[in-house]
Amino acid sequence: MSDYNFAYLDEQTKRMIRRALLKAVAIPGYQVPFASREMPMPYGWGTGGVQVTAACLRPEDTLKVIDQGADDTTNAISIRKFFERTAHVKVTTHTAEATVIQTRHRIPEEPLTEDQILVYQVPIPEPLRFLEPRETETRKMHALEEYGLMHVKLYEDIARHGEIATSYAYPVKVEGRYVMDPSPIPKFDNPKMEMAALQLFGAGREQRIYAIPPYTEVVSLDFEDHPFVASKADHSCELCGADNAYLDEVIIDDAGERMFVCSDTDYCESRRATQQEDAA
Amino acid sequence: MYVAVKGGEKAIDAAHDWLAEERRGDRAVAELSVAQIREQLALAVNRVMAEGSLYDPDLAALAIKQARGDLIEAIFLIRAYRTTLPRFGASAPVDTADMICDRRISATFKDAPGGQVLGPTFDYTHRLLDFALAAEGEPGVSEGEATAPAPGSADSGKAPHITEFLNKDGLIEVEPTSDDTPPDLTREPLEFPANRALRLQSLTRGDEGFVLGMAYSTQRGYARNHAFVGELRIGTVAVEMDIPELGFAIEIGEIELTECETVNQFKGSKTEPPQFTRGYGLVFGQTERKAISMALVDRALRWQELGEDNQGAPAQDEEFVLSHADNIQATGFLEHIKLPHYVDFQAELQLIRRLRTEATAGTEAGA
Repeated sequence: MSDYNFAYLDEQTKRMIRRALLKAVAIPGYQVPFASREMPMPYGWGTGGVQVTAACLRPEDTLKVIDQGADDTTNAISIRKFFERTAHVKVTTHTAEATVIQTRHRIPEEPLTEDQILVYQVPIPEPLRFLEPRETETRKMHALEEYGLMHVKLYEDIARHGEIATSYAYPVKVEGRYVMDPSPIPKFDNPKMEMAALQLFGAGREQRIYAIPPYTEVVSLDFEDHPFVASKADHSCELCGADNAYLDEVIIDDAGERMFVCSDTDYCESRRATQQEDAA
Repeated sequence: MYVAVKGGEKAIDAAHDWLAEERRGDRAVAELSVAQIREQLALAVNRVMAEGSLYDPDLAALAIKQARGDLIEAIFLIRAYRTTLPRFGASAPVDTADMICDRRISATFKDAPGGQVLGPTFDYTHRLLDFALAAEGEPGVSEGEATAPAPGSADSGKAPHITEFLNKDGLIEVEPTSDDTPPDLTREPLEFPANRALRLQSLTRGDEGFVLGMAYSTQRGYARNHAFVGELRIGTVAVEMDIPELGFAIEIGEIELTECETVNQFKGSKTEPPQFTRGYGLVFGQTERKAISMALVDRALRWQELGEDNQGAPAQDEEFVLSHADNIQATGFLEHIKLPHYVDFQAELQLIRRLRTEATAGTEAGA
């Protein structure tokens, strides 16, 4: 069982995925159905992202995998090891060194470049799913650009809570056409989606692929009198001092004391390394 | 002081080592062989083959061993293996009328050509724990001549389909014939509406418990369809494949199947006179609970083509049934919520704190 193809998937499957990717890039924000395969990790662990990464990887690529912004979370390690074993590609934790970055729930703090691909793991690709459970209906709604239901939902949030009560997986409109689920990234990350890198989204269990090409317009849904705000904890990182990075809240003792630290571990470590050099 | 949560890699390795140790259990007890599982836990093996969509008793037995008896985990191992196998062709449709039956019963006719063959069934056993098995003795064989016959020994083992007798009188709907290549759920994304072939494909690899529950709900009135088991047969069929180089089909193997045809009431519609209708179940191995369930759910899902009312019952809802029948998808998505969600949860924490602050401020201002 050692003779798996490069990056696990057979070439025909990769070709099928690449076709879906090309279609996705051609119609930004549109969910392209694809014949997702069973992968050796469970659905919900990033099988969509893994398939997209497998279809994009070249032997000369350098791969970075993050989960919750961190390279050392168990599932990120497991996926990174999987590609080390099946594709023998170089891996890194440094955002700038990676050519392909697979992520779950975060966009790295460091701006990405045109030479990079960001692959998102997506649990529920359909932004309208919790408003309308039927796929047959939601596909119709997208086709007709019928997004009234979503605006009513956001309006009802404001009426009830005084603000839009969605803090992650905050819906966006891509290039003025498709409403898209950005995957469960915190809404803090939403503005970063207008970026130089190609963004690919893979939902394995739901069999959907979608994409945002470089420099595409991505607008978080809002109202003129209730504009979108990319919020985060009102603190700065207690390790590196960053005040513009998304923070994890960590309980540090039995008394429930908290501390706030960067969720992007590479960003935090690089900043601390630079600070030490400067101090030296 | 906070120490970054490092060491995930070591933790994974250690967890895998521990898992291997737990799988083996007490080393004073002899290790199970794959052959023992294949022979003595055959119904578990059958379920793994059916829901794993791969007919290979040895691999299924290995998967059960590796999964410590967790059948969904074993099914997952088989699915993940299956996905890597190349497709070198498709077999000719199997002909279940030519099945060499080990078991073949009808609940609609007392007797019929081919006879009622009980076969190896739990149906009329008394569910009393057999402590003789615990003593690792061979179970007693009933007195008299009743010894297990050789498989397929009921006459020639071949028997005509019972629903064909109803067909002769025009009392049961005729299945439309088609030579279209059926869609392949494992190679094309599932899209709705699905046709019957695709629905059956999804049901046959669907979770036994889920399909059973759906079928049971129709019996209890959620889209009741008055099913009789017209025929249930279990046995082996030949799998034939056209070999282009030869120009004809040759037998490449044999598989065991369970087939269930139900006969269902149909009151007729504006265009059709009253007639019996059919539900169909076909599953790898001896898996009759699943095959009967499948037939009931198949029949419930056919309401539209038969011009019946949509009662809004779950079992009538193709999108609901097909989207949730696959236990590998279901268990993956369900269990993934134990993966870290710090980032989303952090965003929710900020939101709820802000909303609470505003709400409290509002109350104070109002007071």
